[in-house]
Amino acid sequence: MSSDINTIHPLETEGARLSIKKPALRYDRQGDMSDGQRVEAAMRTFVREFGATSAIYLESCIHCGMCAEACHYYVQTNDPRYTPVRKLEPFKQAYKREAGPFAFFYRLFNLKPRVTADELQKWQELIYDSCTMCGRCTLICPMGIDIARLVGQARHGMFQAGLVPHELWAVAERAEREGSPLGATPKVFKDRIDWLSDENAVEIPVDRDVADILVTMSSIEIMKYPQAIVATARVLNALGEKWTIRLDGYEATNFGMLSGNSQWQKDLSMKMINAAVRCKAKLLILPECGHAYGAMRWDGANVYGKPLPFEVLHISEFLARNLGNGRLKVRNVPKSVTFHDPCQIARRGGATQAPRQVLGKLGVDLHEMTPSGDGNWCCGGGGGVVTIHRADELRYKVFQIKMKQVDDSGAEMLVMSCSNCRQTFDDGQAHFKWDKTAHSLLELVADNLVQ
Amino acid sequence: MNLLDFARGAVMKWSIAIFLFGMLWRLFGMLLLRRTHDYSEPRVHAAGLGALRSIIRRSWPRREFQARTAYGVTVSYVFHIGLAIIVFGFVPHILFIRNLVGVGWSGLPGGIIYFCAVITLVALVMAIVRRLTHPVLKLLSNFDDYFSWFVTAAPVVTGLLAAGHYGGRYEDLLAVHILSFELLLIWFPFGKLMHSVLLFLARGQTGAVYGRRGAST
Ligand code: HEM
Ligand code: HEM
Ligand code: SF4
Ligand code: SF4
Repeated sequence: MSSDINTIHPLETEGARLSIKKPALRYDRQGDMSDGQRVEAAMRTFVREFGATSAIYLESCIHCGMCAEACHYYVQTNDPRYTPVRKLEPFKQAYKREAGPFAFFYRLFNLKPRVTADELQKWQELIYDSCTMCGRCTLICPMGIDIARLVGQARHGMFQAGLVPHELWAVAERAEREGSPLGATPKVFKDRIDWLSDENAVEIPVDRDVADILVTMSSIEIMKYPQAIVATARVLNALGEKWTIRLDGYEATNFGMLSGNSQWQKDLSMKMINAAVRCKAKLLILPECGHAYGAMRWDGANVYGKPLPFEVLHISEFLARNLGNGRLKVRNVPKSVTFHDPCQIARRGGATQAPRQVLGKLGVDLHEMTPSGDGNWCCGGGGGVVTIHRADELRYKVFQIKMKQVDDSGAEMLVMSCSNCRQTFDDGQAHFKWDKTAHSLLELVADNLVQ
Repeated sequence: MNLLDFARGAVMKWSIAIFLFGMLWRLFGMLLLRRTHDYSEPRVHAAGLGALRSIIRRSWPRREFQARTAYGVTVSYVFHIGLAIIVFGFVPHILFIRNLVGVGWSGLPGGIIYFCAVITLVALVMAIVRRLTHPVLKLLSNFDDYFSWFVTAAPVVTGLLAAGHYGGRYEDLLAVHILSFELLLIWFPFGKLMHSVLLFLARGQTGAVYGRRGAST
């Protein structure tokens, strides 16, 4: 499966983080629309999606500036450009002009000038490179405005305008075309499974016609942390579950969502949903990946257009449930551990307690970071940001918050439940020659199973 | 007809009419837009509770944010409470409210009101100075922010002047005070002063969404 796009956008699968190789020449504008058409497409998409919820958010902002204090980009740079709500400025302008209750006056007196393509181009860096959609700003806003959600909607407009950062566009396009953003095609995945299952003497069922549980994976795990596949298999086999991986629906990351293409988001989610329906799964397990949780657990049914006919659990929730009911048993791990909460699973997803229950069963000495849980700082790699080379410097800056949090916790071991956070930590570790290594919660459990 | 009668008569009627119409227009303009149904299986089946919790909790920043927001929040609390005491605690104001809607209550001594008014004004000045100097606020602020501040501070200033008989005949000072209040009324629905109503809607919907996910609201 190769096309010329592979030579234009070759993958980088060796380094500490996965993306495409650093492009010699950046193409941050896609397609050949005129400037006017780009603005038109961006605004039409944004305004068309407008419902009451977003309208109320955009109308409510009192410009108090508090959201800046929650955002790692502002806190680490003191640059007011990174104020969360300002990242929406052109879109707010378009809303007021085109769709708000006083749109008529705004247009009549030209109170809000039309947005220009140059402005949008300038905002690309704010909407993509410097927002991980972590939702910390949402948590601080005294008006309760869900700024992170609005950034997601602004990305829809940016995608239709062909104004997505080069790397993010390239991996999203690859995901739509090949089924994986990072080259974990069904063939590559199958080869890995065969190799892993031989190497580790573990049974990994693939393409069962009927199964109770459908297991999905993140490309980052398949390409960079394949032990996660082995760990998942060990846990499910220990439980004696009737489970399967299916090559027609295994990829849980959703770069359609992150880049802002709703159609691709739907295509990617529907593969898993259809695979689960085909094998009559009662449960779909999501891998250690943050945005995959948001995309399937909370958006999946809405993409499907009706309630999903199966349950959806993040692997940490699955572990917590089966350790809690005693079906799964683990050895004591006599270590002090600190846990990094992935934003999309904790703050935005509500599964904040599951990993703590798991760590409790492992008997570790948990040193919480300050703040932790729903208020935790983002690693700086979410929302597709970790793929963007030109954002590296900024990303390292915000990562220093995390390093300090981890160091201050005084724990011996650093654990998390998102492979995208984990690669961001690996990359930060390599960059700063830091002495802390990120570990997977799932692998910690699998390594300490009592058979 | 003198200025006071004019302010109490026609201008009052019109500004109240514009206030009510503007409020309804803006609220319905938003609320009548479509809402999408959420098909996801909730973790917590009490969206209403999440909404309520968030409406209450967002009145004060979470612990992790307090250090960085303390100054702004304190200043803002002082002038909001000050405004409420002045508007609902001053005897002449209560009489005005009773004339308008038919319910009244007993007021606070004038001295307390004057004291509150001065504190409120100081806090409002601190808020605007901060807005004019803080890099984030400077960048965010637009006409609405400055004008909304102006129409909020104006009745406090003119009220103090009237009460102290500074700078003119009492009737004229009072007329100016009433006119400044009318300016506040007219601007209210069109700018950010609507936050006093919208906050229930915005906090409520975020609380409902994240409440059903079982996340912090
Ligand atoms: C239940 C009612 C209200 C609530 C909960 C509320 C809440 C808030 C909050 C949270 C802020 C932001 C504070 C900050 O900058 O740190 C704010 C700002 C403000 N509020 Fe209110 N408010 C209410 C009613 C009102 C009313 C009735 C007025 C005026 C008549 C008003 C005038 C203002 C002004 C002028 C500001 C901006 C101050 C600045 O320039 O920073 N508020 N309000
Ligand atoms: C935001 C703040 C304020 C608002 C919205 C406001 C509004 C009003 C209104 C609507 C009236 C009634 C006018 C009428 O009788 O027809 C009034 C009257 C009055 N206000 Fe205020 N006011 C405010 C602040 C103050 C302050 C700070 C003072 C002084 C401490 C003050 C002193 C007075 C006085 C003395 C009257 C005259 C009552 C009379 O003789 O009829 N006001 N104000
Ligand atoms: S979602 Fe996170 S990264 Fe984006 S603006 Fe808000 S706090 Fe900043
Ligand atoms: S915290 Fe909320 S109300 Fe304040 S500026 Fe940010 S988005 Fe606007």
